[in-house]
Amino acid sequence: MKLLTKAYRPISWPMKGSGGDTGSWRTHRPVVDTQICNKCQICWVYCPEAVIDRQEITIDYRYCKGCGVCAVECPTGAISMEMEE
Amino acid sequence: MATSIKKLPDIEQVLSGNGACGGCPATMGLRIVGKALGSNAIMLLTPSCSVASMGMTPRLGYNWPCINITFASAGSSASGITHALEVMQEKGRLQGELPTVFAWVGDGGTYDIGFQALSGAAERNDNIIFFCYNNEAYSNTGVQRSGATPRGSFTTTTPTGKRQPKKNMALLMLEHNIPYVATAAVAYPGDLYDKVVKAKNIPGMKYIEIQAPCYLGWQFDMPETVQMSRMAVRSGAWLLWEAENGKISFNNPSSLIISGKKDAAPVDEYLMKQGRFNRLLKGPDAESRIAEIQGDIDREIAFIRERAKITI
Ligand SMILES: Cc1ncc(C[n+]2csc(CCOP(=O)(O)OP(=O)(O)O)c2C)c(N)n1
Ligand code: SF4
Ligand code: SF4
Ligand code: SF4
Ligand SMILES: [Mg+2]
Repeated sequence: MKLLTKAYRPISWPMKGSGGDTGSWRTHRPVVDTQICNKCQICWVYCPEAVIDRQEITIDYRYCKGCGVCAVECPTGAISMEMEE
Repeated sequence: MATSIKKLPDIEQVLSGNGACGGCPATMGLRIVGKALGSNAIMLLTPSCSVASMGMTPRLGYNWPCINITFASAGSSASGITHALEVMQEKGRLQGELPTVFAWVGDGGTYDIGFQALSGAAERNDNIIFFCYNNEAYSNTGVQRSGATPRGSFTTTTPTGKRQPKKNMALLMLEHNIPYVATAAVAYPGDLYDKVVKAKNIPGMKYIEIQAPCYLGWQFDMPETVQMSRMAVRSGAWLLWEAENGKISFNNPSSLIISGKKDAAPVDEYLMKQGRFNRLLKGPDAESRIAEIQGDIDREIAFIRERAKITI
């Protein structure tokens, strides 16, 4: 197929951070207590932002928006929302 | 049994750091949809929060080819694309599995503005999946009422609470006699995942509606998106069901409510959590207006229970 001219190419490409470094939106930061966490992955499945690593249960704070959904849904209470400095 | 959380695939089609609000139910639902569809798909969007959430050029928050189209034309544009792909395949210009063509549209774009084109695509049984993520208002423009806004709800265009009941869009789609219709809710990701996988493998028109509580429009606390979704289902205000070739089956926990094995939770608990019902609940006629809302829920349950008995 002939290559489309530049003007007709899509002008956006899939990339993280399309809304900027959205971690800066946070007022509170989710902190996982690894002693309590049982790695059930419930926080991972509900995180709208896809910033939780499902194996390690670590959070990418560059993009985590601090919505707190993970903390509310965590069945063991392993996630606390701590005020950002 | 719905697929368990640990069995869901790793693939992420919704990319971190997109433009959606924190706790957004639309990205939450779309993320699960992405796990079911995979990357071989083409997405169509109409003006909505999900378009705003794509973020800023030159970055794009979703890992699919995305086509932003006018409100009125999601159904017809998706039809056009799916037919074009079929022709390209016939002519040998496309090899391998055809991409899934899907529309991702808000309730405003589904129930109201895009209804005609959607109805046309359904009647033609074109090979697409049409998703409606239903946050029960025009959220992106500051929360105006839509055909999906339930009775009693405050929006900027219903300042004293909406007086009319919502439409039942999923049932309307069912009566288009299409091969697959389903409802889902963001609190039940395994159920949603299974329904999308099923839809992906059925040729023809599929309609899936995902209940998506928006904290901004519904006025509850941001961390409670999933809680609110669960409460809606437990109170019977939202029902989980699917229909293959017109035969309805119910999914848990709605199936327990429909069969009478479990009582629905009282609706006022669900209403009280949401600021959009505040004025109604504090008004002098609160009791009769709650009864009206309960009446709408009871009627929907009675209707679909009877409709499910038709299996021919
Ligand atoms: C024809 C037309 N009318 C109005 C608008 C303005 N508009 C942009 S987004 C939007 C709200 C869409 O509501 P919905 O489909 O429910 O999606 P949501 O914003 O709730 O995600 C409106 C009215 C538009 N872009 N085009
Ligand atoms: S929901 Fe809680 S217990 Fe489960 S994996 Fe996440 S932090 Fe751990
Ligand atoms: S606070 Fe929200 S965005 Fe951050 S990890 Fe939890 S669920 Fe994800
Ligand atoms: S207004 Fe609601 S639906 Fe729209 S991006 Fe925000 S949370 Fe999502
Ligand atoms: Mg909407």
